[in-house]
Amino acid sequence: MRFLRRALGGLILSLGLATTAWAQAPFITVASTTSTEQSGLFAHILPKFKEATGIEVRVVAVGTGQAFAIARRGDADILLVHDTAGEEKFIAEGYGIARTDVMYNDFVLIGPKSDPAKVAEAESITDALQRIAKAQVPFASRGDDSGTHRTELRMWELAGIKPGGSWYRELGSGMGPTLNTAAAMDAYVLADRATWIAFDNRQNLEILFEGDKALFNQYGSVLINPERHPHLKHDLAKKWHDWLISSNGQEAIASYKLRGQQLFFPNAE
Amino acid sequence: MYDNSPWAAFELIARMDPALISIVALSLKVSLSAVAIATLIGLPIGAAVALWRFPGRSLLIVILNAFMGLPPVVVGLAVYLLLSRAGPLGKYGLLFTPTAMIIAQFVLVLPIIAALARQVIEDLWQEYREQLGSLGVTRRRAIPTLLWDARFSLLTVVLAGFGRASAEVGAVLIVGGNIDGITRVMTTAIALETNKGNLALAMGLGVILLSLVALINAAAYLISETSRRRLG
Repeated sequence: MRFLRRALGGLILSLGLATTAWAQAPFITVASTTSTEQSGLFAHILPKFKEATGIEVRVVAVGTGQAFAIARRGDADILLVHDTAGEEKFIAEGYGIARTDVMYNDFVLIGPKSDPAKVAEAESITDALQRIAKAQVPFASRGDDSGTHRTELRMWELAGIKPGGSWYRELGSGMGPTLNTAAAMDAYVLADRATWIAFDNRQNLEILFEGDKALFNQYGSVLINPERHPHLKHDLAKKWHDWLISSNGQEAIASYKLRGQQLFFPNAE
Repeated sequence: MYDNSPWAAFELIARMDPALISIVALSLKVSLSAVAIATLIGLPIGAAVALWRFPGRSLLIVILNAFMGLPPVVVGLAVYLLLSRAGPLGKYGLLFTPTAMIIAQFVLVLPIIAALARQVIEDLWQEYREQLGSLGVTRRRAIPTLLWDARFSLLTVVLAGFGRASAEVGAVLIVGGNIDGITRVMTTAIALETNKGNLALAMGLGVILLSLVALINAAAYLISETSRRRLG
């Protein structure tokens, strides 16, 4: 028992030491989406930002809805998300002070190669969704209030369809798990292109419809209101925000390629 | 992050990939710390509940037993709300740090250790009660003897707590945020690679995690067997 107690004491001591060692280099916490993290974009651009400014960026990658919730409670220094309407609402509510376009890519409609709903022949995304609803073939929805889910719901609305019934499966999961599930049940699914390109477990799935202007996917950086959350690192967050839209930051984003394809296209003004 | 093949995970281990080593080290640090603190607090709680009779004791036992089944994601959410800047402990800035993960796993493991220790010690107390009583030993004085004589069973109790801590992903994901290089542990890394569709790599990492847990259990078994034999 004495040995045990000494071992435990040592453990707790080392835990304390290790925890203090963590709080050294200046860092900010960025709440962002799973697509930016899982596609490998952050791993590509963060070292460049750190080299330029000495600031470490810690990314909490969650759905856009959860990212807003984290920022509202004052748990992140800045946001990088993809729901322009939600970002503007966040600012109108007084949680944010400004947003800027950073980069874009697009959403693609993915489905089984056999394409039972014939969406590959569709004229527009609304036409494609109408074909899926008419054929009653499985469609996997994120169902998690993420930026992609919000876009998907907007597209259904544009198509004049209220999706429901056994063919419409709300999964309540991130992009990757939704793609995994869609692959397992040969379902159609709306995905952001970056996650799709980085995704490995495709099985029968492929891109069946793309290129409609309505599928544009804009990412924005949102500064948090210092009056509401004075404890946050607003100066460091502003440096990150400015770097993202600087020519260096924009070049860093453009230079990220996966499987020979550019995933994000910078478009800061 | 890495190539997706079942052997990729083992190649990373074989060449001591620094990113993977730091993930493994953080997993061990978080889970072992949580279990150590839960042991220090849980064993006395278990002993106290086993030995003394007080109002509400049965209710406390039921609660301890029920809390062995706490859903990690609920604990994660509760600790998140507690540590969030808008929460009661927000000013310490602990959210998205390894400390937050230790707190969450401590909450998960404490009821397991306290509840199982209570049962072990109570059983032993039934056996020893008369003898210790006739020697004039008080309950408080009996605790060290009981803990010592039950040490092998209690080691299993602690290992059960460690199993819970090292296997859970729901709590550490919420309070740690799975930040690369800062709060990413084995289970959250496995969840991440699964999300990315890198199923083979995720499985390889899973086998490594399981091997680590097996190693720790083997070490605990060896220690207890050796000391058991030495004592005859």
